[in-house]
Amino acid sequence: MALQSRHLLGLEGVNREEIALILDTAESFMEILQRPIPKVPTLRGKTVVNLFFENSTRTRISFELAEKRLTADTVNFSTSTSSVKKGETLKDTIRNIEAMNIDMVVVRHSAAGVPLFLTRCVDAAIINAGDGMHEHPTQALLDMMTIRRKAGDLQGLKVAIVGDIAHSRVAGSNIHGLLTMGAEVMLCGPKTLMPMHAERLGVRVSHRLEDALEWADYLNVLRIQLERQHKGLFPTIREYHREFGITLERLEQAKRDVVILHPGPINRGVELDSDVADSDFSVILDQVTNGVAVRMAVLYLLSGSDPALE
Amino acid sequence: MVQKIKAKIVDAEGVERTIVRLAHEVIERNRGAKEIVVIGLRTRGVTIGRRLVEKIKAIENFDVPFGVLDVTLYRDDFRRRLKQPVIQISDIPFAIDEKHVILVDDVLYTGRTMRAALDALMDLGRPASVQVAVFVDRGHREMPIRADYVGKNIPTSVGEEIQVRLKQVDQEDCVLLVESPEEVE
Repeated sequence: MALQSRHLLGLEGVNREEIALILDTAESFMEILQRPIPKVPTLRGKTVVNLFFENSTRTRISFELAEKRLTADTVNFSTSTSSVKKGETLKDTIRNIEAMNIDMVVVRHSAAGVPLFLTRCVDAAIINAGDGMHEHPTQALLDMMTIRRKAGDLQGLKVAIVGDIAHSRVAGSNIHGLLTMGAEVMLCGPKTLMPMHAERLGVRVSHRLEDALEWADYLNVLRIQLERQHKGLFPTIREYHREFGITLERLEQAKRDVVILHPGPINRGVELDSDVADSDFSVILDQVTNGVAVRMAVLYLLSGSDPALE
Repeated sequence: MVQKIKAKIVDAEGVERTIVRLAHEVIERNRGAKEIVVIGLRTRGVTIGRRLVEKIKAIENFDVPFGVLDVTLYRDDFRRRLKQPVIQISDIPFAIDEKHVILVDDVLYTGRTMRAALDALMDLGRPASVQVAVFVDRGHREMPIRADYVGKNIPTSVGEEIQVRLKQVDQEDCVLLVESPEEVE
């Protein structure tokens, strides 16, 4: 059993066995993370570049930790301190980096399709750490791992994704991954933040938070991207919170055991109340822990495909 | 894939007697079973390790802690493979510090798996000693490693393979000498 592709660009087109393999491998790495010396020599001699054209705390630290736990050599790149400021093109940046003998590239960019573009420029294995509004596959994998650890199996589970679906790469990857694994998905949010013809993806769509709370076992609450707020897609932050904000009161009214996930960073008091984020409903910190294991699994599984051997 | 069986070297009674003898040797060398822990290497070493622990319990009436180790991540051939092998969970639910660790595997051959296992153990703690118990030692070592407890010494050629079959997984207890798959046309 192995992954079909040398790269991880998204979860669209990744089949059930492959996702299960990544999640199972991640479970093995969880054991390593709990050891007194949480490090294995598996990627010794491999070099990974973390190419972040967009700000990130969690994802970048998580990838970097995963690389170090596997003993890979890591190089970090961020636009603010690089020649991108001097006007170097993406293609030149990546080709120069590759000339320094790189095995894998972890990339985040504000434009969708950049990871795919990079696969055409270089031989290294490319891992998408978020591209525009397209996909963020490792986030969806860690969400699924967190749910699977609670529920045992994803088949038949009801997962609602709440918030700004249209602009969310986390939603994009989660929809593909969850449907592939046999879960049922509901998208919940205001009409202005819902993609057109969302039903065609094979999901339920609702514009009332109550529907999601009545139906779902798991609620993946997306961050309201405050930087997009000026577009006027909803009147005010306060109104959004009144309609779609998760509060303890609402969760208790639901009279069901709902588990809350959030990809971070949280806007406390907007999509999620502070006391919900810190309550027993929330598995947000489990997600962060599982994220390192999932990224180790992806790095491990993609590191075997040496193009020289093909 | 049908492999040609050249000989049955040990039968069911032989397997049982050998495990009993290994248990006695382990107890003798460590003056009892109080300070030892047994760790089986995936996958066949786990079955043999479990049986060894049962025998030690029957003799000493003491439950020796038992763990499972997967050494895939420590192997030295991963960079030469096209696809990564599937890794499984290591499960060692006790501290190995200051314990005498008995590492159990079915066959000792090049010594590379044991080398990987030693590295993995060092990441888990600082044992008082590490002792190696194998069911079959077939020679052809490529690393400076030797076994402390050997079930059977079976000299082989490189074109042959040893299969340790156990009733828990193969429905029978025996040791077979077979031809390597590459040799069979």
